[in-house]
Amino acid sequence: MGSQELTGSAHLHEAAVRESAWGGGGSPFAIGSKKLGMWLFIVSDAITFSALLIAYSYVRVASADWPMPFHFYPSVIKATVMTFVLLSSSVTMVMGVRAAKLDQRRTAAKWIGATMLGGLTFIVLHAFEWATLIEEGVRLFKNPWGTPLFGAAFFTLTGLHMTHVAIGVIYLGVVAGAYGSGRLSSEDVEVSGLYWHFVDLVWMFIFPLVYLLSVKMG
Amino acid sequence: MEHSIEHTHHAGSVKLFLYVWFWLLGLTGVEVFLAYEQLGVKLMLTLLMGLSIIKASLIIAYFMHLRYERRSLALMLMPALVFVVMMLFVVFPDSLRLLHMRPQ
Repeated sequence: MGSQELTGSAHLHEAAVRESAWGGGGSPFAIGSKKLGMWLFIVSDAITFSALLIAYSYVRVASADWPMPFHFYPSVIKATVMTFVLLSSSVTMVMGVRAAKLDQRRTAAKWIGATMLGGLTFIVLHAFEWATLIEEGVRLFKNPWGTPLFGAAFFTLTGLHMTHVAIGVIYLGVVAGAYGSGRLSSEDVEVSGLYWHFVDLVWMFIFPLVYLLSVKMG
Repeated sequence: MEHSIEHTHHAGSVKLFLYVWFWLLGLTGVEVFLAYEQLGVKLMLTLLMGLSIIKASLIIAYFMHLRYERRSLALMLMPALVFVVMMLFVVFPDSLRLLHMRPQ
């Protein structure tokens, strides 16, 4: 049963890669170079976000008057919905990668489209969130409540994350188009999926550290 | 060979993805609930970061498929990341000192 499924050049190539582990000319991690490259990028990008989150925590601990301005409505509920949207878009992405592995090009492109829609929803919701704060008087270097560092930390962190989401939506669009028309392989879809899940993962730290630890009580 | 086919099937099953998704949503719900409990800063930070690390691990292991890659990949990537993040914390205690030294 198993050997019949292992037909096609992609599978043969994969089998060859897996066998030649440390023999030279192969891949010690049994993955393609694109996937390895994306993993290395993700680790370095994770360090960038860690540095920003730690810098944010540092200035917050060092400030006596750090503002905690987020009302349950609209900020916290909106950020929770954004978390839900991003987590769900990760599920549509794994479905897309799964379809690509099964060689269902059209289905894969549809799932990736759904993922892009999730990303766009996230960006729109976040833009409204920014607009609310800007209306309340928060700027990069001043705000009505306390230390001016709040605005700098908030906009830098969420801004860099939003940039990643925006780049991800464009990246997925390119991949969906090129995979749907046969110019890219299922491995390329998988690699773009890794990037998308990473963007989701980063939000899992920004959401509690920026929003949940700054809720306005009462 | 038989084993690895079964393995990939398990790794890519829709049921598993939905299961992980429910867990991620559930843990997010717990985090939002915790945010409105009157807990001390240290306890709150520990709980929220603990839950976030669990969520990140679920995403890495199942959505990013790292659990089903060769173990050497995870061993190359993760310890390096943890080490660098720990190094970033080296100067962190200064923040507490800064809080008390800053001229009012």
